[in-house]
Amino acid sequence: MCSYIVEKAALVGSAKGRKGWMRIDTANVYYDHPYYSTLDHVLAIDFTNEGEGGRDRVAIELSADSARALVDRILAALASGQIAHGSLAPEKTLVAAE
Amino acid sequence: MAYYQGLQAEVVSYRAHKSDNGEAYYARPLRAGKFPGVVVIHHIPGWDEWTTEVVRKLAHHGYAAIAPHLYFREGSPGEAPDDLGARIRAAGGVADAQVMGDVSGAMTYLRAQSNSNGKIGVIGFCSGGRHTYLAACTLSGIDAAVDCWGGNVIVDNPNDLNDKRPVAPIDLTEKMSCPLLGIFGNDDANPTADQVNRTEAVLKKLGKNYEFHRYNGAGHAFFNHARDAYRPDQAMDGWRKVFAFFNRYLATSAASIAAE
Repeated sequence: MCSYIVEKAALVGSAKGRKGWMRIDTANVYYDHPYYSTLDHVLAIDFTNEGEGGRDRVAIELSADSARALVDRILAALASGQIAHGSLAPEKTLVAAE
Repeated sequence: MAYYQGLQAEVVSYRAHKSDNGEAYYARPLRAGKFPGVVVIHHIPGWDEWTTEVVRKLAHHGYAAIAPHLYFREGSPGEAPDDLGARIRAAGGVADAQVMGDVSGAMTYLRAQSNSNGKIGVIGFCSGGRHTYLAACTLSGIDAAVDCWGGNVIVDNPNDLNDKRPVAPIDLTEKMSCPLLGIFGNDDANPTADQVNRTEAVLKKLGKNYEFHRYNGAGHAFFNHARDAYRPDQAMDGWRKVFAFFNRYLATSAASIAAE
């Protein structure tokens, strides 16, 4: 059975979708039946810009194990990268209007 | 006459809930005759390719079938259904009342066609199975309903009820007005085998006309050949059960429905 359980994460960043690059402010994260994958369940993330209506998205569907491995690699990349760049700079806050 | 008969499939407009101009995928046999109608209710991920395949399968077997796009209000014509599904999910889903209005509109569309034999079935998968159970309890004019692994028919946690889904379908069972076929996998996590048993107990207690089939070695969505969940033996037997059930309650003459 599918569910409507969604975890929302506020983001500062950008993503490339079918219309090219866009700013994103939200990730909708859920574990449910996929739309495209052949897996029974996937960890899905929809990256959107809800501030601009949330109509465009960049979507991924991952197996549970690979999603956990990705979380681990993201943390590892952040740790090594921030040391390499010699900065743990304050998070940038984007200006709302371009 | 050729062994296989042709069919036509197309996207049509229909009058949906609150007279909204909805879109639906519709397929019908091309040969002359009167055919039963079947409304196909898609699952939460959306109006996907597998749903259109189910519609064509029903048309191949002699039914005029229609799958309303339950998320059409979220987008513009031509937008990808999966993107609309993502928006609906982020918004907490569609309201039961709206879905029932859309299903009712699709039934009206089928009955208005010159090929209609006047009989209407409903079949739904996953959340669409739950919607089918709801339709069997709340809509008039359904002659047969098929719930394929609909979860949350029983709601054990009252906090799972909300404005969009205010009532547990099981609590409406007394109002069920048509025969119900249930198809379930015993390895499913929602509905669990225990929940299926409890649903059956309520149907039995209330004297409803129902028929449940449970499959070992199958979980959720085991008809779906696009998923690892697909179980060919169980799925083929399940489809035979579906067509036998629809034939029993929807056919007005044996000759009107193609052989399986």
